[in-house]
Amino acid sequence: MKGILKLAYKLLVNDKAKFTALLVGITFAVFLMIAMTSLFAGVLKRASATVLNIGASMWVMDPSVQTVANTIGMPDYVLDAVRSIPGVHYAVPLYSGGALVKLHDGAYQAVTVVGLDDTSLFGRPQLLEGKIEDIYGENAFIVVKDPEFPKMENPRVGTEFELNDHRGVIVGIAQVTSSGLFGVPTLYTTYYRALQYIPNPRFTISYVLVEPKSLADIPKIKQQVQALGYLAVTKDEFMDKISDFYKYQTGLGMNLLIMTVMSFIVGLSISGQTFYTFVLENLEKFGALKAIGTKSRELILMILFQASFTALTGYGLGIGLCALTTTLAKLRLPDYAAMITFWNLALAFVMVVVIAAVSSYFGVRKVLRIEPFDIFRG
Amino acid sequence: MPNPAITASALVKWFGEGEARTTALREVSLEAYFGEMLYIVGPSGSGKTTLLSVLSGILRPNSGTVSVEGADIWSLSSDKLADFRLHKIGFVFQDYHLFPRLTTAENVAIPLILKRQNWNGAIAEAHKYLEIVGLKTRADLPPVKLSGGEQQRVAIARAIAGQPDILIMDEPTASLDGDTGHAIVSFVKQNVLNEKRCILIVTHDSRIYELATRILKMEDGRLTGIESGGQT
Repeated sequence: MKGILKLAYKLLVNDKAKFTALLVGITFAVFLMIAMTSLFAGVLKRASATVLNIGASMWVMDPSVQTVANTIGMPDYVLDAVRSIPGVHYAVPLYSGGALVKLHDGAYQAVTVVGLDDTSLFGRPQLLEGKIEDIYGENAFIVVKDPEFPKMENPRVGTEFELNDHRGVIVGIAQVTSSGLFGVPTLYTTYYRALQYIPNPRFTISYVLVEPKSLADIPKIKQQVQALGYLAVTKDEFMDKISDFYKYQTGLGMNLLIMTVMSFIVGLSISGQTFYTFVLENLEKFGALKAIGTKSRELILMILFQASFTALTGYGLGIGLCALTTTLAKLRLPDYAAMITFWNLALAFVMVVVIAAVSSYFGVRKVLRIEPFDIFRG
Repeated sequence: MPNPAITASALVKWFGEGEARTTALREVSLEAYFGEMLYIVGPSGSGKTTLLSVLSGILRPNSGTVSVEGADIWSLSSDKLADFRLHKIGFVFQDYHLFPRLTTAENVAIPLILKRQNWNGAIAEAHKYLEIVGLKTRADLPPVKLSGGEQQRVAIARAIAGQPDILIMDEPTASLDGDTGHAIVSFVKQNVLNEKRCILIVTHDSRIYELATRILKMEDGRLTGIESGGQT
């Protein structure tokens, strides 16, 4: 059997022009499919950046909240009520909101302000410069060093700014797991300073962050929070909720899906057509093989092998090309969000398998229909 | 006469249905023997190629039987029939049907590879057959680099590489000039034909009739005469 596969391999690879055209088609399609879906994955990850960076196991919020940025204030009693639920190890408030910062040169810059629980500082970022206890100092803020950092005029420890006519001073520079989606710098401060500096409606708690005593307590906590009229979700559920919002309630998911499907169709068309032409051009030779004594299943195996080999080689090249361009793009464009995940690779793999299957289906049909007698007739 | 290699009895084959039906073989019966080079000759459309196809197991007749070494080939399953062709029949097609993307040696090795011989062993054996047909030095060239006569010899080497009992040659001189065609068939008679092998040749070329053991004449789907070679 290895000999027959080697024969199929040589018939394919030695036809350099066709083989190159096939590879280019599949590589290009895989590149586009992975580029599109990885961009989407990156955008979704960034949309959940605050959830990832804070790292709480459970989040309590108003049921109408759709994304982490779209906060709806909750009254203070919710925090006490959550703390009193059996199974809650601890619960702390979190403030998340937007504000305008006046920079040293007089320009205004939108920022996201995250207010951490004054007592525990739960969810604090990892500091690159400064000390965390300085966050309790007068007007103290910590700035996140991410791709948006330069928009704050590359501040250093001690840099001053204005926030709603309040003086602010940078006491630390931090790094976080994931950058945000909205292209604005992030400032961390204490919960109560955030409330003082930013005008707020009557209810001020954006989220209550909960640590359950055990995983088994999660369903009970959810139930009790629901009885209060609020929603408790785990970190993963919150990220899924945010993803679902962007996928299904904005045009983002549909548009990227359309572009991915278009990449698939381009790949299928180029590769399918080229492979079918390859089979047609070799049809007489397949007929001769049939006359000599090749069984139908051996011919099918040869064609499937040729289609699979081309598809998998193109898949590998497509991944390599996408990884290379993503890396280069990230070096030049810090905001470039693409993130290649196993799911992107798996989706592209499935699509490549479909391309190989469709291409070989038409080839196999044609080869099975050729009669060796036609070879004799010439 | 030695044992018959092929016994065909009352073969009928038609194409199409109704008014469009064309009968290519009408009650054709024949025997071909080991050790003979049997020609099937006749005008275009007389049914020669159809007869060759039915005898070699690639075109099913509408009625009649074909026995090869005593076994009725048309009672075999399609897989068994493919095996029969692979092990018993060697084909030399009119247009050679060599694979242009393979080397000459790889082309010759195809029947051996189909018989599950390992690649390197098959290529080594292919070199032996290329030596028999005088093309050992051309083993690594693609067939397109060879002349028509050389390609014909490669096709012969491929056909005999599987050591078939029956060699089928369809118009072996059609693409060659007279001298080369004669030389090729002479070569086959001297080097390929033996008492354990039967060679069937369909041809129009009267210049090679002298090389035949027997000549079957066909016209309008019927056998119209059998003559000894070299006397037509």
